[in-house]
This record gives sequence, C-alpha cells and structure tokens, in this order.
Amino acid sequence: MAGRRGRARRRAGAAGRFVTRLLGVLALISAAAAFGQAAVRPDPLQPGTAFQSADVRALQADDFANPGMLWVARGAEFWAARPAGGGKACAGCHGEPAAMRGVATRYPRHDPELRRVTDLSGRIDACNRRHQGGEGYPPESQALLSLAALVSHQSRGMPVAVDVSGPANAAFREGQALYRTRIGQLNLACTHCHDANWGRTLLAEPISQGHPTGWPAYRLEWQSLGSLQRRLRACFFGVRAEQPAYGSEDLVGLELYLAWRAQGLAVEAPGVRR
Amino acid sequence: MTLGRIQVPPAARAGEVVEIRLLIQHPMEPGFRRDANGRLIPMNVVNAVACRYGGREVFRAELGPGVAANPYFAFWVRAEASGEVSAEWLDDAGVRGAVQAQLVVS
Repeated sequence: MAGRRGRARRRAGAAGRFVTRLLGVLALISAAAAFGQAAVRPDPLQPGTAFQSADVRALQADDFANPGMLWVARGAEFWAARPAGGGKACAGCHGEPAAMRGVATRYPRHDPELRRVTDLSGRIDACNRRHQGGEGYPPESQALLSLAALVSHQSRGMPVAVDVSGPANAAFREGQALYRTRIGQLNLACTHCHDANWGRTLLAEPISQGHPTGWPAYRLEWQSLGSLQRRLRACFFGVRAEQPAYGSEDLVGLELYLAWRAQGLAVEAPGVRR
Repeated sequence: MTLGRIQVPPAARAGEVVEIRLLIQHPMEPGFRRDANGRLIPMNVVNAVACRYGGREVFRAELGPGVAANPYFAFWVRAEASGEVSAEWLDDAGVRGAVQAQLVVS
C-alpha cells in the first residue's frame, strides 16, 4: 500500500498529489459516515408488522376489525366537539381531520413556544391549553389517545421524516445516548436487542427492529390502544429499570431517535401489536 | 353511550347472503382484576347484544366475563329488502349503546 502510494507520488505532479489526497480524505469521510449509518440503522429496515404473526397482520390490515380504528372513530368525535372550556373545537381551526395529513411524520419535533422537543401527543396537549382554553389531557387519557390516533392515521402510508438538526439536535443526541446505555437489573441497552438481535426470539416473542411507525397501537396484551411512551415504559420495566415519567425528556428523546432511525418507513397507525 | 361500529356491504342483490360485522368499544372488565391501589374493579361486561334487520331480530348474543375487551361479531343474513340494520347492547353498569347502518338491496 505504502509502496504503491510512493510510486504514484513520484509519478504525479504537485497538483495531482493534492487531488489524490483530497479524494482519499473524502473517501475516508464517506466511509466513516456509511459505517456510522450502518451501525445504528438496521439493514434492511423492516416495520413492526414484519415481526408479527399473520393473524395480527391481518387484523391490522382490516380497517373494520382493527380495534385501533375505534379510537380513530372516537377521535373524530373529539375533533368535531367543542371542548368543555368553551373554546373552539379542533375542527374550528384545522378543518377536516384530513388536513392533518403528513403531520405525524414530522413528530417528535421542536416546538418554539414550548421551547422543547415534543411528540404528537404532547403537541395536542399543548394545543388544548394554548388555543382551546383547556387544562390539557392527562397521559393515556381516552381523549388524548383518540385524537393522537386520528391525527396519526391521516399520515398512514407516508414515510417518517423527522428533523433532527437545529434545536432538536440536543434531544436527538440524548435519545441516541440513552438508546445505547445499559440500564436496569438486566443491564441491557435498547441496541442489544433491537440492533444486535432483531429477527431472533426472546422466549416466544420475535424481537423487532423497534420502529415506532405503528404507534399509537392497539396492543392485544393491554386490550387497549396505547401510546409509544407507554410501550417504551414497558420496555424499561422489562429490563427492570426505573421507568421515566410520561412526557419526560428521556422518553421524548428516545422517541425522536427511534423516529430518525425509522425514517423512510411508512406510518401505519393505528397498528396492532401482540 | 359506548362507541360501536357496524359494517354492511355497500350493495346487495335480493336473496344474497351478506356478512354483517359489529365492533363494540368496551373494556369488558371481568371482575377479578385489581387497580393500582389493590381495590377490586367491579365486573362490567356487555351482557346482551341484539341486532335487527328491517324491524326483525336477526342476531342475539349473551356475553360473560370470558369475552375479551372490544368484542367483535360477524354474522350472516339473507338480504331481502332495503332496510336498516341496527345493533343495540347493554352493559352491567346499565349503559346502553346502539349503532345503525342502511343495507341497500337491488
């Protein structure tokens, strides 16, 4: 290698040497970038449905039988109804729910008024306080789940495309760091299952790549629709770690990192998961 | 009032046997579970469901605590004339629900 470079150097002039070096540096940089991508994003990307049984996939694909669609239908009622505080209904500003097409693909994102990164549920909660004169929605309340399901459903089939630059970058990096940090009595990081062992089984359960595209999802174990934060908290419980609070920076950062990791995959909310 | 969804085919021929599907949003509390404070959650399930087509009862079910949350039903009727397909249910707390759809027969 060194010998070949030496012969090339003797043959080429000063300008040629410069170009050769520049190309070498660029190749190194792009190789490093490609390695960085490959190290953190599973290849090929597979949505959560790819790890579910045929029954569960069929249930999700059937828009009538999918129990998550009950929450979408209820969300449409909340969307049109005037809130208790006497403020405007969601429809009063946004119009039809279909106007929210594509919105869910961009969350979590930085909200300038909240001055922090928030997920879609957090943004709906903030909208209720800001514009409807409401008191916000408690986490996992039926109204919040229903509205989040309705809004997410409008983006079904569209690729996830979150912005992790600018003010959202700090949360993204925190989420990435947490994703790779060993936690809990089992001393596992997210990456140990969802990067290193996806496609294999944990007891009887296939390990997914951990993409958030189906959420909020109807989880058969819960017999209810639940948010991604509830699912993440269940993972914290699973490795016997302390569960972060709903809406905490830890969970939102993790959600942002997961969304970045899943970019390009299609939104499939409301999903059905075992 | 609990939420339900009913599905009938968009159009049917007279004499055709069609599938009617019904989905009810309900927790179906079996009465054996405890809340975070250890208190027993009282049993509350949808105990009766009845469906009518053109004024005539075509389907009836009695449910118990063994049925999972958000129960789903599918049954078949012979389409005879255009009319309303309606479903009605009642849970242990006395809350009723109802949902209707029009079946168009040509």
